[in-house]
Amino acid sequence: MKKLMLGNAAFARGLYEAGCRIVSSYPGTPSTEITEEAAKYDEIYAEWAPNEKVAMETALGASIAGARSFCGMKHVGLNVAADPLYTASYTGVNAGMVIAVADDQGMHSSQNEQDSRHHAIASKTPMLEPSDSAECKDFVKLAFELSEQFDAPFIVRMSTRVAHSQSIVDTCDRVDNGLKEYKKDPQKYVMMPANAKGRHVFVEERTAALIKYAETSPLNRVEHSDSARFGVITNGAAYQYVKEALGDKASVLKLGMVNPLPVQLIRDFAAKFEKIYVVEELDGIIEEHCRNIGVSNVEGKSVFGYIGEISSSIIAEKLLGEKKEFSSLDENIPVRPPVMCAGCPHRGLFYCLKKLGVTVSGDIGCYTLGAAAPLNAIDTTICMGASVSGLHGFNKARGAESEHSSVAVIGDSTFMHSGITGLVNIAYNASNSTVIILDNSITGMTGHQQNPTTGKNLKGDPAAAVNLEELCRAVGIKRVRVVDPYSLAETEAAIKEELAADEASVIISRRPCALLKYVKHEPPFSVDSIKCVGCKMCMKLGCPAISMKEGRAVIDRTQCVGCGICKEMCRIGAIG
Amino acid sequence: METRSIMIVGVGGQGSLLASRLLGNVLLAQGCDVKVSEVHGMSQRGGSVVTYVRYGDKVYSPVIEKGEADAVISFELLEAARCLPYLKREGKLITSTQQIDPMPVITGAAEYPADLAAKLKEKCADVVAVDALALAEQAGSAKASNVVLMGVFAARAGFPAELWQKAIEQCVPERFLELNKKAFELGLSA
Repeated sequence: MKKLMLGNAAFARGLYEAGCRIVSSYPGTPSTEITEEAAKYDEIYAEWAPNEKVAMETALGASIAGARSFCGMKHVGLNVAADPLYTASYTGVNAGMVIAVADDQGMHSSQNEQDSRHHAIASKTPMLEPSDSAECKDFVKLAFELSEQFDAPFIVRMSTRVAHSQSIVDTCDRVDNGLKEYKKDPQKYVMMPANAKGRHVFVEERTAALIKYAETSPLNRVEHSDSARFGVITNGAAYQYVKEALGDKASVLKLGMVNPLPVQLIRDFAAKFEKIYVVEELDGIIEEHCRNIGVSNVEGKSVFGYIGEISSSIIAEKLLGEKKEFSSLDENIPVRPPVMCAGCPHRGLFYCLKKLGVTVSGDIGCYTLGAAAPLNAIDTTICMGASVSGLHGFNKARGAESEHSSVAVIGDSTFMHSGITGLVNIAYNASNSTVIILDNSITGMTGHQQNPTTGKNLKGDPAAAVNLEELCRAVGIKRVRVVDPYSLAETEAAIKEELAADEASVIISRRPCALLKYVKHEPPFSVDSIKCVGCKMCMKLGCPAISMKEGRAVIDRTQCVGCGICKEMCRIGAIG
Repeated sequence: METRSIMIVGVGGQGSLLASRLLGNVLLAQGCDVKVSEVHGMSQRGGSVVTYVRYGDKVYSPVIEKGEADAVISFELLEAARCLPYLKREGKLITSTQQIDPMPVITGAAEYPADLAAKLKEKCADVVAVDALALAEQAGSAKASNVVLMGVFAARAGFPAELWQKAIEQCVPERFLELNKKAFELGLSA
């Protein structure tokens, strides 16, 4: 049956049809929907793990146990899971294991633009890369077959455009061959030096066999054109841009297997043309490979660069000298950056931090928006968990001066992901640090996924809930308190007291995300335009529901959820 | 059929996802090759949201670039202005007259440009500006302005009416069906 499917949904369909049984992932844009969609198939056990390392180890355990398994993550998630990945490459699999890593060319929703192919190369793990939804499904199914054939976990590399574009997919039935037999095999699965030495030899032999496979695999194909002016080698989303821009003006070698790369296939293709262009997003991995195997009539990064997404118009301009015409207004069009929602529980907390002039070590989530105007409250944002451990380092470097004026802010899901080890370090190595856990009872930014603190699992069924207060006390933090960020006075007082204290403390700023369906909203507030003096105090909150009209504040009743912090801000009682 | 490109633009939370699903289903039922592309995540939090819909005999790129769109459907006036460069010179611009202040306007760092609808008409020969919010409220919910605008588009797109009806039935939950059908009808005759 033909369906219009998101690349991520087609990926999940591939898991289903391939008989995948166990799925464990951590959400991350643009990979999240693979696991959400997989969870809709009753035949698949699917879960959110606390982080990508746990997810990958779970998937590997399931594979060794004999079940086809999967774990999915965004590009930076693979850094967290790199430890199991590099050794899973040595152990190989029992039943097939597929890993999704979704790169974010253009950084639509990420803190860096790393090219995950480097991890595949460094860990010597084979990697496939689809270009549309149909290929997502087909490549996943093939990846399971190849995983078992070559005894390797297979990475399928996604990108924002492939993951979040819908195209037509022909669905088939599921084929489940059941659990494979599990046999104890320490030489293969116990990676202590003596055994690992043997497996490294296997890994090198496997790579040689995979290169041989890549030479003739249907994953890598030549699309010949009689009227070609030059040849193009491309992969992933860039293939679509190449076809769009060049049509039959170029012959194309499309590489669906991006690690390891074929040798003879590329040499033969390149020999047919005077000039070869490699059109690949981010790093010049295919281009460098071409040069390494003696193909010298190649150009790529000198034309397209290393930054952001490539597009069909860039290709048409650079390779054909063609430019499209368009018109625009002479007017300056103000930007529309993402903002914290009306009623966001993070707003009150960040307002207090800004008011107190606190140095804020930030983290990854919706609350990163606390760095944007008008709150401008965050000093650093690096990676998942870095707020807590980074604050510890900051305080060790600057001592009491910063200990009494700096905090870390981290969401509930991010704290479970990798903040907790940083808190252990604060307790163990005694820095007088103040950590604020923004507990909005959900993983917000990626679109409301459950996590170990929410009391529900991926399927929405009741689950054990981590008690954050007890957890923090158990690692050795004595000062643990809970505040409601809808009360500015309470929140400000708590921050002042904990900063003043002479030992480490945790403030849990607790209030569920205003977008959660079960959250009951208060009636919207409005501004008494006669009382309002236009002092703009309420505008300091950066609430999208409040704006100034003719010198007076106005509240958009369709957006306001009645959180009331603007009411608390208004000194003359004009909001009610 | 040559590939055609339609952009659906608005502010995060205005329902561009449903609009693009409706259009995608209509195109799929027509037997076209279709690609629909959107960006999730950070940008959804009240930021500009852009969805690309492309269809034809064989569609390659899921992305629409400047000067390529046959039509732009905008749920908000400033977003229509922002996306004008994507429209072909002879392209059609359908926009709601609704205005939502972006954060730089809210904080006073920038001003919402005045008379945008008139200015757009100066630059583009084929502008349809509709008070979609009022029509949606008339249908029963301010949230249905996305479907009103798809009605406005459908009246000018030439796909069989029954395909739209079917797409609405496929994509909208039962309890909101009547509301959305009414919103679509109001858009159709706007």
